[in-house]
Amino acid sequence: MSAAPAGTTEQLPASARVRRLFREQPVVPLLGLLAILVAILLTVQPGILNRPLGWANGIVYFAVPLAILAACQTLTMLTGGIDLSVATIASMTAYVMATQAPSQGDPAAILIALALAAGVGLINGIGIGIFRVQPLIMTLATGLVALGGANVYQKLVLTAGSRVPEPVAVLGSGTTFGVIPNTLFLFIPLALAIMILLKRTGYGRMLYAVGDNPVAARLAGVRIPQVLILLYVLSGLLAGIGGIVLAGAAKTATLNAADAYLLPSVAAAVIGGTSIFGGRGGYAGTIVGALILRVLLGLLGAMNTPEPIRQIVYGAIILGVAAAYARVTDDG
Amino acid sequence: MTEHLLEATGVVKRYGGVTALRGASLAVRPGEVHALLGANGAGKSTLIKILTGTVRPDSGSFRVGGTERTIRSAAEARAVGLASIYQDPSVIPDLDVRDNLRLTRTPLDAFRGWMAELGIPDLPLDVLSRDLPLPTLRIVDLARALAAEPQVLILDETTAALPADLTERVLEVVGRQRDHGRAVIFISHRLIEISTLCDRATVLRDGQTVGVVPIEPGAEDRIVALMLGPQAERPETERATGPVAAGIVGAALLGAEAGPGGADAGPAPTAAAAPGELRLAARGIGAGSRLHDVSLELRAGEVLGVVALEGQGQEELFETLAGARRPTAGTIEVDGRPVRFHHPADAIRAGVVLVPADRLQALLPQRSVRENVALPFSAPFRRWGLRRGAEEPRKVSAAIERLQVDTRAQAEVRRLSGGNQQKVTIARWVALGVRTLLCFDPTRGIDIRTKRQIYALLRELADQGAAVLLYTSELEEIRLACDRVVVIFGGRVVDVMDAALADEPTLLRAAYALPPDAPLPVLDEAAS
Repeated sequence: MSAAPAGTTEQLPASARVRRLFREQPVVPLLGLLAILVAILLTVQPGILNRPLGWANGIVYFAVPLAILAACQTLTMLTGGIDLSVATIASMTAYVMATQAPSQGDPAAILIALALAAGVGLINGIGIGIFRVQPLIMTLATGLVALGGANVYQKLVLTAGSRVPEPVAVLGSGTTFGVIPNTLFLFIPLALAIMILLKRTGYGRMLYAVGDNPVAARLAGVRIPQVLILLYVLSGLLAGIGGIVLAGAAKTATLNAADAYLLPSVAAAVIGGTSIFGGRGGYAGTIVGALILRVLLGLLGAMNTPEPIRQIVYGAIILGVAAAYARVTDDG
Repeated sequence: MTEHLLEATGVVKRYGGVTALRGASLAVRPGEVHALLGANGAGKSTLIKILTGTVRPDSGSFRVGGTERTIRSAAEARAVGLASIYQDPSVIPDLDVRDNLRLTRTPLDAFRGWMAELGIPDLPLDVLSRDLPLPTLRIVDLARALAAEPQVLILDETTAALPADLTERVLEVVGRQRDHGRAVIFISHRLIEISTLCDRATVLRDGQTVGVVPIEPGAEDRIVALMLGPQAERPETERATGPVAAGIVGAALLGAEAGPGGADAGPAPTAAAAPGELRLAARGIGAGSRLHDVSLELRAGEVLGVVALEGQGQEELFETLAGARRPTAGTIEVDGRPVRFHHPADAIRAGVVLVPADRLQALLPQRSVRENVALPFSAPFRRWGLRRGAEEPRKVSAAIERLQVDTRAQAEVRRLSGGNQQKVTIARWVALGVRTLLCFDPTRGIDIRTKRQIYALLRELADQGAAVLLYTSELEEIRLACDRVVVIFGGRVVDVMDAALADEPTLLRAAYALPPDAPLPVLDEAAS
């Protein structure tokens, strides 16, 4: 009997196995939750079945920008940070692109706008990485400063006119063969790139390490400021891309276009299993989290309830999922 | 049979995939000091946490003073008369001592009385806890527990990092608990302490109670046999080879003089290695308020020991050499050339790596064993791209295998036992390729089997050309693991000696900066 090792996985009770599944593969139970929500929606609104593709496309158009902004939260949360400037960066990028397009041409306008997004990210990165400002404070502050700057810019370019470049509009709201939303041609490669970044690159390893234990990471030779500066630049760029996609979907750009996405972007990452304390999570869960939030909104919209009640239910369900998740994955 | 003060039977606890306890039992009589023994990972800490209400068992029955009860929180444990002291004092650093005592409603007079008994009679109560030295805090913690007059006092590795003199005082006071019909549960890796202090011992192995042994002359052998289990009787050829291993087993377990193994193979290992070229040199380095002027030379192929009492600048020395702290004086040389380390990454590039004292400073608790070992591979900026090639995975696997890291609890390193965690911190540098390894107290609070493996490994690495600097708080290990030894006192080197001549009394005298024939200092000194 003493020959048996002190722990074998076969004899786990069912509850422990479920916990392990939740910890290590949060996507599986999340997909289950998504399926349940969709099933409820279908019973409440059976009409959807008459035009399933149109309904799915509607979900995708709004879930993709959310998922892109939630990528910013996922990456920064892995290091124990957060990026509250994403909404401002997204709106600002879209607005700069739309106002520069008439004079600079489409490609230049997009590049200028994205460079600006990366620039705000760089300021975040320097503040957080080198001057060790709390990420929450730093990104909140740069978000406000950027919003003020964008408002000044708006006054300056008021006469110039604005238009969303045609390719962006096609990407954001068009379909291929009438069924496949074009945003997927941007989003699927982008999502794969983010997942590969996290799972298969040295930099991805750095993000998890810095979030899990910065002291240990430093002693192992990780230069944390470098990691963080690059991280927030990436986050700024992603926010900019999210803003462009959003402008393409709405075919217009305003300075508050992305505001409604800020807190859902954090919620999508948390529901997707990324810990706000750093070191745990991934992007696949975040994507499912974004889909869940979208379907949930559709469901509440279909229920014919007054707006305040909808908001209460929406918030309560997010809280419930996050709490259940924390409870299940917590140790005994 | 005597009425038991505290009795736990059939305790089972699983953590995810790992079974920490699979039917442990413990019964403590009034008026005894009861040792709880077992290799790391045997389940001692888990059992203690269950007894004190911080962890819920999956099953098991508990009797306190003869009546069945379950303990669901630390407050309940206190209420039934259980008090526990851990290696890290449970005081709030930003409160002064008085407020800390108030938090636990500790009567001040009783506290002062116990402090006097423990050799620190006039501690001012209005100092912030963070300003007190660690050994003093441990004593504060203990006095506070004693003041609550617990029926059962649990000491979990409390003596592991105390200076020798304070340890003696603690053991004496603890031993006197018996006189009042109370009991003490005592956990320590030092068998010497067990044999002088304890009445009986419960031995755990692989989560089960494998024996209850009365402590009497000769009991050590039986305890060791129980702890190591049947495989200990096999010849140890493939694990820890040669006289080094044998000597370490014998001496570390039984004290250099006591066991037959120690007598046979004492100084054997030191003769073997002939030091090679100069690898790392410190020239008069100082840092912070504790490290003033240390010079030492570390050569390829040698294990250089560092001995010091607590807080003599050794932490600062290791941190400075590893690039984690800037020196305020002196220079560091690698391979004969002066270097300036601005970041641990600079030291790592020069081949100088640190295994820190605290495993929490070295590990990524939520990452897997492999990720922890592979971490330094990806740290340089140029390695941030796609991870390609089979070289890194191969080196990582080889290191994990070489250190015999138990990877059953693969997914997260924090679920490993302390000994296995320590192996992971070393495996990381073995995988990367060690040139100069700085090990700060790598065997503290670690079981004998792992200790033996770690020393055998350090020796082996040195034989293969690495240079190893080893600080250890366990003096009896110096002779077995090192070639030479440097003694530091007050931030300065006070002695350098051949490790073969460095027995415990000699080292202790040197560590107190006393002439070789002076008597050892009296107990009260550490209080000041």
